[in-house]
Amino acid sequence: MRASTLGGVDCDVHPAPPGMAALLPYLDDDWRAQVTARRIDRLDLMCFPPGAPAHGRADWRPADGGGPGADLPALCAHVFDGFGTQTAILNCLCGIEALGHGALAAALARALNDWIAAEWLGREPRLRASILIPLQDPDLAVAEIERRAGDPRFVQVMVLAMGDMPLGKPVLWPVWAAAERHGLPLAIHAGTAARHATTSGGWPSYHLEDYVTTSLAFQAQLLSLVSEGVFRRHPRLTVVLLESGFTWLPAFLWRANKIWRAMRAELPWVDRPPADIIRAHVRVTLQPSDAPPEPRDLAHLLGQLAAEQMLLFSTDYPHWQFEGHDAFPPGFPAALRRRVLADNPRETYPRLGASKPVAGETTP
Amino acid sequence: MSPDDSPAPASLRGKPGRAGGPVIDCDIRYAVRSLKDLYPYLSRRWRDHLDHYGSRQPAAFLSARPRAGAGAWPADAGPPGAELGILRADLLDRGGVEYGMLHLLFPPGMDQRNQELGAALCRALNEWTAEHWTGREKRLKAAIMVPGEDAEAAAEEIERWAGHAGFAEVAMVTHAIEPLGRRRYWPVYDAAVRHDLPVGLHVSGCNGRPASAAGWPSFALEERHAAALSHQAVVVSLVTEGVFELHPSLRVVMLGAGFAWVPSLCWRLDHAWARMRDEVPHLTSPPSESVRRHFWFATQPADAPERPEELRRVIDWVGWDRILFASGYPDREMDTAEDALPIRLSEAERRMVFNANARAVYGLA
Repeated sequence: MRASTLGGVDCDVHPAPPGMAALLPYLDDDWRAQVTARRIDRLDLMCFPPGAPAHGRADWRPADGGGPGADLPALCAHVFDGFGTQTAILNCLCGIEALGHGALAAALARALNDWIAAEWLGREPRLRASILIPLQDPDLAVAEIERRAGDPRFVQVMVLAMGDMPLGKPVLWPVWAAAERHGLPLAIHAGTAARHATTSGGWPSYHLEDYVTTSLAFQAQLLSLVSEGVFRRHPRLTVVLLESGFTWLPAFLWRANKIWRAMRAELPWVDRPPADIIRAHVRVTLQPSDAPPEPRDLAHLLGQLAAEQMLLFSTDYPHWQFEGHDAFPPGFPAALRRRVLADNPRETYPRLGASKPVAGETTP
Repeated sequence: MSPDDSPAPASLRGKPGRAGGPVIDCDIRYAVRSLKDLYPYLSRRWRDHLDHYGSRQPAAFLSARPRAGAGAWPADAGPPGAELGILRADLLDRGGVEYGMLHLLFPPGMDQRNQELGAALCRALNEWTAEHWTGREKRLKAAIMVPGEDAEAAAEEIERWAGHAGFAEVAMVTHAIEPLGRRRYWPVYDAAVRHDLPVGLHVSGCNGRPASAAGWPSFALEERHAAALSHQAVVVSLVTEGVFELHPSLRVVMLGAGFAWVPSLCWRLDHAWARMRDEVPHLTSPPSESVRRHFWFATQPADAPERPEELRRVIDWVGWDRILFASGYPDREMDTAEDALPIRLSEAERRMVFNANARAVYGLA
């Protein structure tokens, strides 16, 4: 089994968000005093309840009852030994973007990024990470990218699929400019800051509905990025969708093209079909694969997607998306695996090829 | 020149040849010329209210919806879809339409912030429809518009019209105060099932929420695409909340957003359900089975794969008995029978999509 994923780059691995006690050493005195006085003790997002079976695979949960993804040696054993993975990108899911106060979010983003650098990247040279940013304050978000961009172990910038506003909005362009300048893709991960109801119909009753309808927010984000002309303005920007699913993409692209043909007079700067722009600039991760029950339907769908460029290997560890080591769903074409495992990630993340990790480095 | 004599724009002319027989058009959008059309059916209180405050939805502008116009239109005929004579000549006669299902998108009544006004508007709209549309043109069948936010009043409205020959379904807006699977709407489904009426859900309504949790977009293009996003959320809500476990004979027709998104949504639902079943023990089968059992999908606006034959794979998955031809007349993205499904159809497929499926789901004679 493991041979099928040997030598891959796992683009979506989740270390458990730390409790505030772990972050205190990385906060300056003023912020340390504030979070202590206010008893802000955890940063877990409600959209990923750590106790839910779906968000911590049973055989990946620590025996000591700690949160899934909390233990570095266990994570390495599962992610590297289990799949024969060469490099894994840590995407820490936490509530920085959900805070109302931009400066507090910035302080916590700094602390979290420094904590990741010291406690994870500094202890395991095969790990890379996403830079977390306080997107609610674009100036501070740019500052955090600038502060961390010098460390080649940080390979992308990560934001939530559901934050303050659609990600194509011009007020956010300076943030994307900073990412592009430093060769950092913009990763959009499933998750919500709960600024808006999960669906246009309001707040659903069940976590299951929230999780499933996240794909709709991803679709809205792609429309926003294309419609606002972000890729025209930032031709070297790559967007990576994390834990998004990808089987919805072909039908989405058909409709995007059709509506663009009918309404392109509204946005003359979008001068080619959205599907072309998205295939050129957007990458998607393997898990959850949400694969069709018929394996031949999957192969067909991967062809519609241009998966040979667009799809990136991910296990979504420690989330429970598949059993054992079958990270590729049944029917996944063998000929495509090499591209998805290694070639596509290396083309997507220039920093993976260019950098040698500095052993023992903590903070810059 | 009377509206009836005016030439229809070429784009509106149906082509009966393609359908190979009489067509049932599941989505014809008719319109009021103005709210004043409804005044004969409203009490003095609500006439004064509308004069003073107008129609109030949670939106910034008085006329918040960008109107889709259908090209050339006689100036004296009101908004597109407001004139029965034109509709009859353009669509029913030229298109070989046996039955046409009417949907009225504005004002829907249900999304009025004053729910008493909403109930009064729905009743007025239904009376106006019976008198001026279905009463005058037997080929047209309408949807009973209900004030779904006040489910008791909605059920009353269904009781009032069920059995009336002019009405063949129950309509609610899709952008409601809560997701449509939530309990506050269950009495509407109870009443629909009791009277063996399908529930027709056309993308419509204004609830003050953006098209997705990504937030408020900038462009009309994004809003237009959002129809396909919000309709997916409606399917997820109805299935996940257990509406079909409680109403095993409920039929739901999804209108105004195509259907190519159905298979991948079902795969995603099944995948998540397999891991979160402990949260929804009321669901007795995989979500995709509920979708296949309870939903029908209208074609317009037609899905346009880069390779048209892809559409066949999609319909194979959704089910040929679940696809309903809809023109969307007079929307500027309306489809004729010619371009609704740009693939080669067998005789049996043609019969199902253009006629038999609609006859079955709407219980038409």
